[in-house]
Amino acid sequence: MAAEVAGGLALGLLLVAPPFLPPYFLEILISVMLFGYLGAAWNILGGYAGQFSFGHAAYFGIGAYTSTLLFLRLGVTPWLGMLAGGALAAAFGLLAGYLSFRYGLRGPYFSLVTLAFAEMLRVVAVNTKAVGSSLGLVIPSREAAPIDFVFGGKLPYYYVILAMTLGAVWITRRLERSKLGYALRAIRENEDAAEASGVDALGMKLRAMALSSFLTALGGTFYAQYFAYIDPSITFGPAVSIQGLLQAIVGGAGTVLGPVVGAFVLTPVSELSRAMIRGRAGVDVMVYGLVLILVISFLPNGLMGWVRRRPAPGRS
Amino acid sequence: MFNLTGDLFLQAIVSGVLLGGVYGLVASGLSLIFGVLRIINFAHGAVMMLAMYATYWLFTLLHVDPYLSILVTGPAFFLLGMLIQRVVIEPNRFAAEHNQLLLTLGLALFLENLALVLWQGDFRTVRPAYAGASFTLGEALVEVPRLVACGGAVVMAVALFGFLRLTDVGKAIRALAEEPEGAMLMGIDVGRIRAVAFGIGAGCVAVAGALVTPFFYVAPDVGESFNIMAFVVVVLGGMGNFVGALLGGFIVGLAESLGATALPGSLKQLVVFALFVLVLLFRPAGLFGGGRGR
Repeated sequence: MAAEVAGGLALGLLLVAPPFLPPYFLEILISVMLFGYLGAAWNILGGYAGQFSFGHAAYFGIGAYTSTLLFLRLGVTPWLGMLAGGALAAAFGLLAGYLSFRYGLRGPYFSLVTLAFAEMLRVVAVNTKAVGSSLGLVIPSREAAPIDFVFGGKLPYYYVILAMTLGAVWITRRLERSKLGYALRAIRENEDAAEASGVDALGMKLRAMALSSFLTALGGTFYAQYFAYIDPSITFGPAVSIQGLLQAIVGGAGTVLGPVVGAFVLTPVSELSRAMIRGRAGVDVMVYGLVLILVISFLPNGLMGWVRRRPAPGRS
Repeated sequence: MFNLTGDLFLQAIVSGVLLGGVYGLVASGLSLIFGVLRIINFAHGAVMMLAMYATYWLFTLLHVDPYLSILVTGPAFFLLGMLIQRVVIEPNRFAAEHNQLLLTLGLALFLENLALVLWQGDFRTVRPAYAGASFTLGEALVEVPRLVACGGAVVMAVALFGFLRLTDVGKAIRALAEEPEGAMLMGIDVGRIRAVAFGIGAGCVAVAGALVTPFFYVAPDVGESFNIMAFVVVVLGGMGNFVGALLGGFIVGLAESLGATALPGSLKQLVVFALFVLVLLFRPAGLFGGGRGR
């Protein structure tokens, strides 16, 4: 009961408070939501299916580039381009997943091959003039046009990413109680045993892959529209892949709210460390590295795992 | 697209072989760590980067020759490696496999960005008097520092191989890699051996770092490309297969430099990644077998 009330209050605050926030805090909140969203998308494959992708930047980049190119070259609204990017990313995810799973890559080997796929796309983007090579693509600033995913001011972007994050959380919750969700967790715990009990491991993992890559690509489109600039290392670089998994690991992989909780902790930590040591690039990522080491060492199931193990107050 | 005339081809082979030796040494350290600790060390390149900075500062502040500095950095990084293993890795020995992987990833992020915070992102170079020395071999140009790096790397790798074969500590390391429980039952102090193995891995990559600084640049992310190359090499040579790592180094060095000659821009990296993916998919135990795939 207490959890529902707290959740309702938090959701109410997220809906009502942002118009009254100073711009700096609104920007931070948008980052929190975007990272929480990417974490939630990664979580479906990494947390529930236990397949640790180190290459989700591939899908993020495909999403960002597809919608941006469709918009710049053909004038297709990014709202549609977003879906096209998602579909393309899911197709690429299915191909990469089919190859990796079909040939039995598990654990760290799967991580390495996904990293390699993302890096290959980055190298291709850097060397392809038609997609702006290493200079990237700029979405020229124009009048606000909601139909083209261009808004005046930051607040509408906030509500878009909030809706996306809530959607991802809702999908995760549905997944958790679905047949697919149970199958994925069985695969995560012991793939051979799951197969022996009749779970189609390959098919289930591919479904998780398609969903996870589709959602990640939508995040890529949001990024492109919000910052109006993308380049190969921003979108396809390892940093994006790490961001997604970091939120989920810190918050609690394989839990519905873990990635969002992780983002609410990590983003302020990064902002604080940047404010404390000014003018030095890298402080925030250094702190991320430290947090990752500490979480693995002391909270191997993330913050949500830690919360769960403690008896609820007043109920012990 | 293809412009492989005879001279360029020969030059590519020479460059590839010379860099391949260094990849081999970096990968040997990675392979040793994997063999004994069963973890893929994402922080391997970051340790190399730190060693390159150590070489840079010794040269810039104290005018120590980069090759001579190995006498300091080699042992120092051996100890640093043991310290890292004791403090960060060993306490998580029983953590899930993917968590151990994330642990070294966290370590890599921390070290790389520590360097960025301390020394900014500027490219720094170490250029001793002999940095530009070269001679021609047939039609190919051979840069002396690259030749020294390759020779030094091979000597170091062979010395390590001898160490593993002939000394008691070396035999204990191999025993632990082959049969962890048996090694423990035979009274081997497995905790200490794990630390020593990690230390040796760090020492190897530190030596490799010092060897490349006279012709490379030093920057916080310089280790990343070596790290990825070392992954490719180790997978190619077979995880935990030591001789395979050295041979794999030459194959990857050649693939990279032939790719660079045949393809424009940075597409050469595509050749290496493609090789990586193909080997992971089709020969996960490595080209020469003996490795532990999947």
